[in-house]
Amino acid sequence: MSVTYDDVLRWIRTFAAEVESKKEYLTQLDAAIGDGDHGINMQRGMSAVVAKVDSQAGEHDIGALLKTVGMTLVSTVGGAGGPLYGTLFMQMGTVVSGKGELSPDDWAAALDAGVAGVEARGKAEPGDKTMIDALVPARDALRSTLGGGATFADALRESAAAAERGMQGTVPLVARKGRASYLGERSAGHQDPGATSSHLLLETAAATWGDSEKG
Amino acid sequence: MKKLINKPEDVVTEELQGIAAAHPDLVKVHFNPHFIVRADAPVEGKVGIVSGGGSGHEPMHGGFVGPGMLDAACPGEVFTSPTPDQMLDATKAVNGGAGVLHIVKNYTGDVMNFEMAAELGGGEGIEVEAVVIDDDVAVQDSLYTAGRRGVGTTVLAEKICGAAAEEKRPLSEVAELCRKVNANGRSMGMALTSCIVPAAGKPTFDLGDDEMEIGIGIHGEPGRERMKLAPASEIVDRLTTPILEDLPFEEGDEVLAFVNSMGGTPLLELYVVYNDLQRLLEERGIKITRNLIGPYITSLEMAGCSITLLKLDDELTRLWDAPVKTAGLRWAA
Repeated sequence: MSVTYDDVLRWIRTFAAEVESKKEYLTQLDAAIGDGDHGINMQRGMSAVVAKVDSQAGEHDIGALLKTVGMTLVSTVGGAGGPLYGTLFMQMGTVVSGKGELSPDDWAAALDAGVAGVEARGKAEPGDKTMIDALVPARDALRSTLGGGATFADALRESAAAAERGMQGTVPLVARKGRASYLGERSAGHQDPGATSSHLLLETAAATWGDSEKG
Repeated sequence: MKKLINKPEDVVTEELQGIAAAHPDLVKVHFNPHFIVRADAPVEGKVGIVSGGGSGHEPMHGGFVGPGMLDAACPGEVFTSPTPDQMLDATKAVNGGAGVLHIVKNYTGDVMNFEMAAELGGGEGIEVEAVVIDDDVAVQDSLYTAGRRGVGTTVLAEKICGAAAEEKRPLSEVAELCRKVNANGRSMGMALTSCIVPAAGKPTFDLGDDEMEIGIGIHGEPGRERMKLAPASEIVDRLTTPILEDLPFEEGDEVLAFVNSMGGTPLLELYVVYNDLQRLLEERGIKITRNLIGPYITSLEMAGCSITLLKLDDELTRLWDAPVKTAGLRWAA
């Protein structure tokens, strides 16, 4: 079972469409504990990404594609999301540089590197009420289910489910990073927007790559 | 939403076009990536000073580009940090061979984007130093927050460092001066209303008619505490007491008192606030020797104010008094 270059393109385009449709929701989450621009920023970034990758439809290097996504996000999203999502994609791209297809292990390695990049850039830890609270459980679930012999489709689903639980788990947390941390206790009771968009990213991967039971 | 704009998505671009048309004697505007640069940049042998941040805080930072203050300002989308390519190109544009200082407000996004710009610029052969401003006392500076925000002291640092750079002082000294200003300035803000980000179309948060928000930042985000509206003298006390206790400011200190409008509060009210402030400081034996009153670091149309106190010495006073010629701040010798 492998993910092709076209599969990765489909994932990126689907994520962009999801961000577009959930733009208001993400903005609302960000208004409660931030400054209300997460949805707008991600939509601007992913629109630019789609325009950029459309011109690379016939290519073969998944690593280069992911790096392009990352660099485009860095130069268009701004805020904290730009550097963090940009780093996520750029680090994923570096690890699978030159590959035309991703095996389950390739995807696990990419997610490992991407999450490590986000941790290094933002210096957040689980419990800080950030995208890390969705990404780390997702990465861990992917590794452990693949290690347990699950199919790629199942592993992707488990990874997305772990991201969802992590995202929901941010609701009671008091933010220790980012703009929400200025609110202190008032940040509790609200779901983190970054964890929400990260869950969306992984859920989209599971839906896009796991839909055809390729084993 | 009632704003004097055309399409919300064009706001920043049109603003920059307006600035370019209005102040060609002072600045040039570069598009894609966006930055505002001093018309005569680069100034040979002078440290270049670059700052930046989201749009929506005007005149900060673009209105402070010109002789005696910033060499370049990088505007992001409204309330959104600018991106590394903006800072990289701005840095190259202001490089006069004496290095470049980045003045960075302590917000997660600003810090990360400036850091990435420094990483990308590593290979450009320009010496860059970055100083982070974190003067807001509303946020507890601890392991459990993103640290204190950079607010009013940023304006004062840009002016004072701008003056030092005009004197052709070396990068290390200008950076040290920036750290000194940051170490001696403290701020706190409050809001009577929220503000509306054009792309969002509605207020970021709702405040009741009889409520105020204490300990706000500059991006329309909620503050630390919401309470019933109080008279100006009580508000001044609530903002100033934590400022005084934090440095701490002591009897006999000389200060620059900066009473800032968040954008929607008129000068009439700022002077009422200043009156209460100077009385409070007089009671504490603190002498105001300089002041700045007006909208300088704003949050779109938010009604409210912030107070910044900067402890002065002869050097800081002299540099504050030095001539400056920008759209937002202008005085002669």
